[in-house]
Amino acid sequence: MTVKLYVPKDAAALALGADRVAAAIEREAIARGVAVSIVRNGSRGMHWLEPLVEVVVGHERIAYGPVRPDDVASLFDAGFLEGGAHPLCRGATKDIPFLKQQTRLTFARCGIVDPLSLDDYRRFRGLTGLEKAIEMAPGDIVREVTDSGLRGRGGAGFPTGIKWKTVLEAAGERKYIVCNADEGDSGTFADRMIMEGDPFVLIEGMAIAGLATGATKGFIYTRSEYPHAIAAMSAAIEVARREGVLGPSVLGSGRAFDMEVRVGAGAYVCGEETALLNSLEGKRGVVRAKPPLPAHKGLFDCPTVINNVISLASVPVILDRGAAFYRDFGMGRSRGTIPIQIAGNVKHGGLYETAFGLSLGEIVDHIGGGTASGRPLKAVQVGGPLGAYFPRALFDTPFDYEAFAAKDGLIGHAGIVVFDDTVDMLHQARFAMEFCAIESCGKCTPCRIGSTRGVEVADNIAHGVEPEKNRELLADLCNTMKFGSLCALGGFTPYPVMSAMTHFPEDFAPAPRVEAAE
Amino acid sequence: MNLPVSGEVASRTLSIVTAMKGAEGPLLPILHEIQAEFGYVPQDSVPVIARELNLSRAEVHGVVTFYHDFRDHPTGRHVLKLCRAEACQSMGADAVAARVKALLGIDFHQTTLDGAVTLEPVYCLGLCSCAPSAMLDGEVHGRLDATAAAELVREARR
Repeated sequence: MTVKLYVPKDAAALALGADRVAAAIEREAIARGVAVSIVRNGSRGMHWLEPLVEVVVGHERIAYGPVRPDDVASLFDAGFLEGGAHPLCRGATKDIPFLKQQTRLTFARCGIVDPLSLDDYRRFRGLTGLEKAIEMAPGDIVREVTDSGLRGRGGAGFPTGIKWKTVLEAAGERKYIVCNADEGDSGTFADRMIMEGDPFVLIEGMAIAGLATGATKGFIYTRSEYPHAIAAMSAAIEVARREGVLGPSVLGSGRAFDMEVRVGAGAYVCGEETALLNSLEGKRGVVRAKPPLPAHKGLFDCPTVINNVISLASVPVILDRGAAFYRDFGMGRSRGTIPIQIAGNVKHGGLYETAFGLSLGEIVDHIGGGTASGRPLKAVQVGGPLGAYFPRALFDTPFDYEAFAAKDGLIGHAGIVVFDDTVDMLHQARFAMEFCAIESCGKCTPCRIGSTRGVEVADNIAHGVEPEKNRELLADLCNTMKFGSLCALGGFTPYPVMSAMTHFPEDFAPAPRVEAAE
Repeated sequence: MNLPVSGEVASRTLSIVTAMKGAEGPLLPILHEIQAEFGYVPQDSVPVIARELNLSRAEVHGVVTFYHDFRDHPTGRHVLKLCRAEACQSMGADAVAARVKALLGIDFHQTTLDGAVTLEPVYCLGLCSCAPSAMLDGEVHGRLDATAAAELVREARR
């Protein structure tokens, strides 16, 4: 009898040797005369256990991890193909607390299915949302998404349904659905994981967006740094086309929708939606002034829906289970679930999808398990390189768009990076400015010049040159950048800088430099 | 190093552009393809692209120079990209980078004298939960420490 195993093909698993583990299992199985079939799935999101090998025993999947190629022989010796005991055995995957406590709506299939099997996708309720959408009037699809309370998961938190409504009502022969998969924020990998682990859910979400707004063409704009996601997404689009999910008649509805993957070229600012549109058009990724809104004049001046990967990938479950089902999760104006990405110096790093509302402390200490180094935690940065650094004193903040904004922070794309007490917050503030200087598109002065001046001022503080005056100058510069920049790159770089200075003033007060006598 | 002669660059560029110019917004895909073909975007490709897409040479040059990925010169035989972003910093990426630079004897954006390795910084590979991370010729590596970094350099030197 052939034993079925799962060895992830997610980039994080690959970075930790998943290919070598899969090869070792195949070699060992042949040597021992056992028949195995290995499915290359997405990641379950428990990255500290990667490569996580799962063995199908009866109706259960038994987890072993983190598996190194050297462990494979001992796993066979321990009878892992029958779920045998081994120091790496984690029991039934679904019962691992990190996974069991999650509410997986968007990531329901990620890590469970073969990412390129449309049969697998259908078996786990895939395409039911699209089938329902086909039976609905465009306005009703839009209303369902609006009623679900879904807000842009890229960071801005703008209601997705409102964007769709604007595009639906905009006149235009051609309309586009653009998926912003330019996931450049450090500490985030949810887009990458869904594209690698469950690409059909994004295809389905985009097709629904097309039906809802009258758009017939979609683009997924992703990063050249994500070769595995590009490959998985492109292959899935081919399958979807072959199976009639995409093409001139979506699932036989008589309505057309098709899409393609486009690859950026290493510019962080292209994650900003108007820069992204310019880049798609083949131009420099320079930010456009708004208005006009992309919903009115977007790609090639046509009405365009531009949504983040996770926003679009959350649409199928909303259409499938209904707006109320989705809306019932969450708190305040943050409805539904959010895939939180726990990263950096943390014991249990990975992806944790849950309803909005958990406190930052619960996420970092209980779910993340504290620092990987075992040293005291000093700060967490939430929301990528443009997000604020929070000290432990703010750990009671609930994970919610408004609650974070009220504490001068943002949840952004929901990435959390943990730092232990070895971090120098002045250095981090300087890096924020340096990063902005490297990645600025150059269109507006506060961002282009301000970031470079910011690096210099931070250096002056570090060198003890008139520290008090320079701290004031840095705050003033941040104020100018925040209110004077055209987009979030220059506008939000002050968040990490000011939060570092506000919450960790000790790092901004180096010993004054002893001036040499003239 | 065998740099293609200019006539050859023009003809190979032309065949790429001809095949791809029908796409919507074809310039970035074309530039990616040209870089895949030559290893960089040769100066002699620019006028051909401009003519075929009905753009000015300045416009094409502007796009090529805007994006970090596009190079106007060849790389070493291997490209090693080290992530410098915050999640990797929190796990010691700066120390790993310092070690790699010392082992290779070069800084970021430089190529070793033997032409073996080009070292590039990258801002996030999406491997933030298994930091620090790196990419060697498209292959990803996570949880780097001094030993793993040295091994990576050895591999790149080959």
